[in-house]
Amino acid sequence: MTQSLQVEPLVDEAQVVDASFARFINVQKSYDGVELVVKDFNLDIQKGQFVTLLGPSGSGKTTCLMMMAGFETPTHGDILLKGEPINDLPPHKRGIGMVFQNYALFPHMTVAENLAFPLEVRHLSKDDIKQKVQRALAMVRLEEFGDRRPAQLSGGQQQRVALARALVFEPELVLMDEPLGALDKNLREEMQYEIKRIHATLGVTMIYVTHDQTEALTMSDRIAVFNDGVVQQLATPETLYEEPENAFVAYFIGENNRLCGDIVDYQGDTCQVRLDSGDTVIAKPVAVHEVGARTTLSLRPERVSIVVNDDTSFENCFAAQVQEMIYLGDHLRTRLSVCGNDEFILKTPNAEGHVSLRPGQMIKVAWSSSDCRALDA
Amino acid sequence: MPDSSTTPLTTADGVPLKVSLRRAVRRSKLKAVLLVSPLLLFLGVAFVMPIFDMLWRSVDNPEVSATLPRTVSALEEWNGEVIPNEPVFAALVEDLQVGQKERNLGLLSSRLNYEKSGMRSAISRTARRLRTLEPPYREALIEINDIWGELDTWRLIQRESSPYTLSYYLAAMDRQYSPQGEIVKVPDYLQVHATLFWRTFWMSAVITLATLMLGYPIAFLLANLPLRKSNLLMILVLLPFWTSLLVRTTTWIAILQSQGVLNDVMVALGVIADEARWQLIHNKTGTIIAMTHILLPFMILPLYSVMKTIPPSYMHAARSLGGKPFLSFRRVYFPLTIPGIAAGGILVFILSIGYYITPALVGGQSGRFITNYIAYHMQTSLNWGLAAAIASILLLVVVVFYWIFNRLIGVDKVKLG
Repeated sequence: MTQSLQVEPLVDEAQVVDASFARFINVQKSYDGVELVVKDFNLDIQKGQFVTLLGPSGSGKTTCLMMMAGFETPTHGDILLKGEPINDLPPHKRGIGMVFQNYALFPHMTVAENLAFPLEVRHLSKDDIKQKVQRALAMVRLEEFGDRRPAQLSGGQQQRVALARALVFEPELVLMDEPLGALDKNLREEMQYEIKRIHATLGVTMIYVTHDQTEALTMSDRIAVFNDGVVQQLATPETLYEEPENAFVAYFIGENNRLCGDIVDYQGDTCQVRLDSGDTVIAKPVAVHEVGARTTLSLRPERVSIVVNDDTSFENCFAAQVQEMIYLGDHLRTRLSVCGNDEFILKTPNAEGHVSLRPGQMIKVAWSSSDCRALDA
Repeated sequence: MPDSSTTPLTTADGVPLKVSLRRAVRRSKLKAVLLVSPLLLFLGVAFVMPIFDMLWRSVDNPEVSATLPRTVSALEEWNGEVIPNEPVFAALVEDLQVGQKERNLGLLSSRLNYEKSGMRSAISRTARRLRTLEPPYREALIEINDIWGELDTWRLIQRESSPYTLSYYLAAMDRQYSPQGEIVKVPDYLQVHATLFWRTFWMSAVITLATLMLGYPIAFLLANLPLRKSNLLMILVLLPFWTSLLVRTTTWIAILQSQGVLNDVMVALGVIADEARWQLIHNKTGTIIAMTHILLPFMILPLYSVMKTIPPSYMHAARSLGGKPFLSFRRVYFPLTIPGIAAGGILVFILSIGYYITPALVGGQSGRFITNYIAYHMQTSLNWGLAAAIASILLLVVVVFYWIFNRLIGVDKVKLG
């Protein structure tokens, strides 16, 4: 128990400057001199880590990736690679592999020629090139496709080729800009595992940009959640989901019930919140520290349980009216009206003996104060 | 389940599917044809018919067979070794009498004069004395003009008696029939067409290359600048289309002539001496400068339409994979623009070899194109057959280039936006 507690935060706290492989220090970026697209971005990436920049579109995550690749220049701040500032280094001297959103495979070259390109510009011998190209094709299981043109491949195959091309010259850092965005759902999941497998096998450092939270949670060692040009929270997937630090992260990662109110009592590890509806909820203070502050309570839908026979050990227990039921196969979503919130979602697994509900029915729901996080307003 | 290979598919009421489909689309087809028929009619009258007329004229040879029918039939038996006998001369006199009455000796004499100089004056002098002529005609005609006593004259009449001729094409290529009927080069001092064809082709090639060099970066900017700036640039590119071709050409005269803007500025700046002003107009340089400017949009627009489809991520990918900027351009970007280069190149080259007004105004004597010679034959020498033959050769060259282009690149790549 103690050991696992020590292992988990290690990723977060081991930000020793010397050990960091890639670093953003106070990076700012503006395109027009009026607005900052990236505001004070700091990130340390250890060698071999899989770090995801997650955020809605326009949040500045792709700009950060482009600055690392060298296609955009930071307006302020430094980008370090292996301890060296690379602000003035042109992209072709950075030795960073990159996978683009639409693959950017050269359409006039065959798959093998595409893979040979980074090796040819490095003046490798013909034999070496051939061997490395074959190995890279084998890695993404496309040995037979070397002579095809990219247009003759399916989306998933093109994606694999793009991946192989970004890895064939053995870069230590690989950047991926929403690489799975153009694939359908099944293929996307398959590719997620594929990329994970390659990451584990080769041990390269990867920076991955996506707006898909499932993708980020599945693949990453650490996730930086972006919004409005600022990193809202940088943490492991588990921490991000279980312990969001602010309302945006809670809202953006996973599903989330929101209740707004004011702090009426504050005791360090618990607090009382008077909701706008007049009800009082006991919650865990995360981003609020004083009585009278405005707060948003965040509560995961799967952490709410239905109270049968008034029998509950949870501090928070409220009456609820069933509004709507949605059947989703493995689980049921129930929309409830709780404490004046009509959009309160309850998620129950479709397990044997689950309580069956119908719209209009009055029930009681309860949740633990530790699952109910008092965040910023 | 019926086997589709033996029983044809039918609609629910038993009509064969094909018949039913034809009926269903007949109305819309008819409507489409009616809508384009004014255009088709216009194209037919103003474009297709003139082309066929031109092709026809380049081989049409009615003068001898129509004006001298008796002479032609009398010459049928002639062996071509000695001066023909009295019956042939008698037939010629009769033909000339009829021709004089019907007033079509002028066409005949012009036609024969293309092939042999002196024929025009011989025929008109003979015609003037037809009334007083007495047999034997052979001696009488030879007395009027020695030309009737030359073997070549009769061979010429016999050769050109066919209603079709290749002699216009031969003339267009500086060739002619020798008196013996073989194809030989015309004397050096008469050789103009081959030089003009050659000049037209190489200067068009230079103009095409110049538009490519100047147009490629502009097309790149058009395709890659932010929208506001690229729209402004596009207006600048299209601006020439809103100005008269004549204005654009004569402006170059004002700029480039020896007392013009450019020379004055250069003299004022002390770059050149007043006596040594540059000769930039009324020569090849003038033609190349003015035509490069005028044809530039036809290079830029196809290039732009291709470059617009190349996402910047290709160059980003090449750079991130370790390609230096120029190498990335050469290996990745440039090959992708080749269809645009070919499309712009073929467009500019074809337009260029057929250009008339600009070389005529700024080309002087040395910067003229073959088209200016077509105009000369149309307007001054009135040799329409030769003009048609030269134009047909140009048409053939264009068709050949077009065919090669279509085989290598595909005509669908020619887009202007």
